[in-house]
Amino acid sequence: MQKSLHIDPSKCTGCLQCEMACSYENHGVFNIAKSRIKVFNFEHEGRKVPYTCTQCAEAWCLNACPVDAIRIDAATGAKIVHEDVCVGCKVCTIACPFGTINYVADSGKVQKCDLCGGDPACVTACPTAAITYVDADWTGLDKMRQWAGKTNTQPRASA
Amino acid sequence: MGWARKILRVDLSKGTCKSEPLNMEWAQQYLGQRGLATKYFVEEVDPKVDPLSPANKLIMATGPLTGTMASTGGRYSVITKGALTGAIACSNSGGYIGAELKMAGWDMIIFEGKSPKPVYLSIQDDVAELRDAAHLWGKTTWDTEEIIKSSHHDPQVRVCSIGRAGENGVLYACIVNDLHRAAGRSGVGTVMGSKNLKAVAVRGTVGVSGIRDFKAFMTATTAAKKVLADNAVTGQGLPTYGTQVLMNVINEMGALPTRNAKEVQFEGARKISAEAMHEKRLSDGKANLVTNAACFGCTIACGRISQVDKNHWSVVNSPKYWGATGGLEYEAAWSLGAADGVDDLDALTVANMICNEDGFDPITFGATVGAVMELYTMGVLTKEQIGIEAPFGSAQALLEIAHMTAEGRGFGKEMGLGSARLTAKYGHPELSMSVKGQEFPAYDPRGIQGMGLTYATSNRGACHLRSYTVASEVLGIPVKTDPLVTEGKPALVMAFQDATAAFDSSGTCIFTTFAWSLVDLAPQIDAACEGGEAGWSVERLAELGARIWNMERLFNNAAGFTAKDDDLPTRLKTEPAQTGPAKGLVSGIDKMVPEYYKLRGWDTAGVPDKETLARLGL
Repeated sequence: MQKSLHIDPSKCTGCLQCEMACSYENHGVFNIAKSRIKVFNFEHEGRKVPYTCTQCAEAWCLNACPVDAIRIDAATGAKIVHEDVCVGCKVCTIACPFGTINYVADSGKVQKCDLCGGDPACVTACPTAAITYVDADWTGLDKMRQWAGKTNTQPRASA
Repeated sequence: MGWARKILRVDLSKGTCKSEPLNMEWAQQYLGQRGLATKYFVEEVDPKVDPLSPANKLIMATGPLTGTMASTGGRYSVITKGALTGAIACSNSGGYIGAELKMAGWDMIIFEGKSPKPVYLSIQDDVAELRDAAHLWGKTTWDTEEIIKSSHHDPQVRVCSIGRAGENGVLYACIVNDLHRAAGRSGVGTVMGSKNLKAVAVRGTVGVSGIRDFKAFMTATTAAKKVLADNAVTGQGLPTYGTQVLMNVINEMGALPTRNAKEVQFEGARKISAEAMHEKRLSDGKANLVTNAACFGCTIACGRISQVDKNHWSVVNSPKYWGATGGLEYEAAWSLGAADGVDDLDALTVANMICNEDGFDPITFGATVGAVMELYTMGVLTKEQIGIEAPFGSAQALLEIAHMTAEGRGFGKEMGLGSARLTAKYGHPELSMSVKGQEFPAYDPRGIQGMGLTYATSNRGACHLRSYTVASEVLGIPVKTDPLVTEGKPALVMAFQDATAAFDSSGTCIFTTFAWSLVDLAPQIDAACEGGEAGWSVERLAELGARIWNMERLFNNAAGFTAKDDDLPTRLKTEPAQTGPAKGLVSGIDKMVPEYYKLRGWDTAGVPDKETLARLGL
């Protein structure tokens, strides 16, 4: 079963544990400036929204890369940057419509979410389950259940 | 290591910024944040210094767990000699700026001297410089943050600043960060303003890498997070209701100081409680509470984000107050509400916004309004003097006085004195509900006896956050004690004071202690920090807490405070509670203080004896 990250912004408190976990997983340091997931604060609406790569099926970044440095991980479906191949041209950062692949000046390469090989650190770190890792074909299941619960609320007529 | 091992020394008189290695010998004795910064402070500053003179210094300090994955690891503290109190001041704030400072590679910033003109400090990793702040002077904290983000072309920069209150010398001005978090008490913002320092803007991309044992640290912090999640207070109560969960509880106990502590129960408590914040308003069908929010790294998320009715009389012509922003915490809801007899939830929310916007402590402000309302009721202060009729219960008066204080206009200048100086000026010093010049918060010592000793002996003036015995006397954490008796409270207060000083020196939030004790903190510190052969044990942290407490005490004694200052307002000792479970009781403070001194190893004048100092290495 393919899984994907599923984000429910209404559960996000803005603690940034996901950003720290991401930087620790990928850079061995607590450094939110190096995180591949970012939490955005819409202050006057009282909303915090975590955002990262959604692993497009037809990935713009992958198609734009001139040196084939971005490849698909067969196990997870993640589009993965191969740092040994990446030349840091940043064309992928232009191609991505969502801004979720970014250049890292320190390494001279780009980085993006790689789903941590199938065990995303941000999911483990999130204290409120605002970020979960679920069946890719059923990311809507929770919402469906919620709405399903609102239908047919009349008690069954007894026999 | 935990520490970045580097401090920034900013000489505002000369306009220089210099890097220094952190004194690691002191770090072993004082850990970080409150303890370590206070050590630097007492070594460098004359206790007799005028708080508003250039010779006073101001330190912003992180702890070893700040900027790490430890839950609540985002705290920073401001240490100085308090403008309101003349005592050691140590104000703690969450939000995000503490972690950002650490991620820029700094443990603390020491500000000294006074700038000849308004400046702000800009930090981008290891590059620190003072920049002109002429365009920021006169701006609110909200505008200051926005202007700096815009002029730096960097939405990710974190800002702390003073508002107009700090510029105008309001003696209880805060330093506000991230729009609605604050190093709030004792006038640390006033000291910042006296130095012509408007703001600190930080962007850190270095990160925190010096953890002694990363693997052990992840294990320890994960276990500690589970303790928070599984606890009823930190896992459910605080995220759902915030600290405001206490409003109805404390009122029912008869321990809610009401109308300048004339009474101990407020008939309007329900209307300004956490439950009320959740309910839909009749006027617009929306609830005051929009959501809860966390500070950096916090897995509790007690913060309140609120939105008032756009058509509420207080904001109908002020769109800037229409959006969601920081809402009422318990202390502010009490000080602006019960202490003044005001029960209009949206009005209190707006008053709290004004405190955030222009940077002044809502506890001292609200308590001072309570004293003013009593003086008005007595006829000592008149409508002409105040500029508005100000009986208890007037939300209009509360908000008009808040605006005047923020803007430094009219009676607002008198308000900036705080209640001790203001009531003395008008011949009624007994009406100031303060200790060492600082107003006590939302727990009446007649109904919660341990809090009386907490207020009387707090090194920064009356404060609940130095030994929160409410945890024991009300919630039964770690053990239930009877709130109406004085027996056993000196030992309880002392244990809470020492443990709190350790938590305040670590980079974590004191609210974790509803679930954590030093047993939960020690493994996290030990995994993060070099601790020599002994490592960081519970015993070592408790002793470190006692060392910090006594160090602060020695500074205050040298500053001129004596045993006479370890006392409560006469009202709490002579006017019994009229209603509720504490009916007929006054504070038993006089019984508790001598026993407390003895337990502390202090003489009858409140001076630590030689054995105590030797034992603690002071």
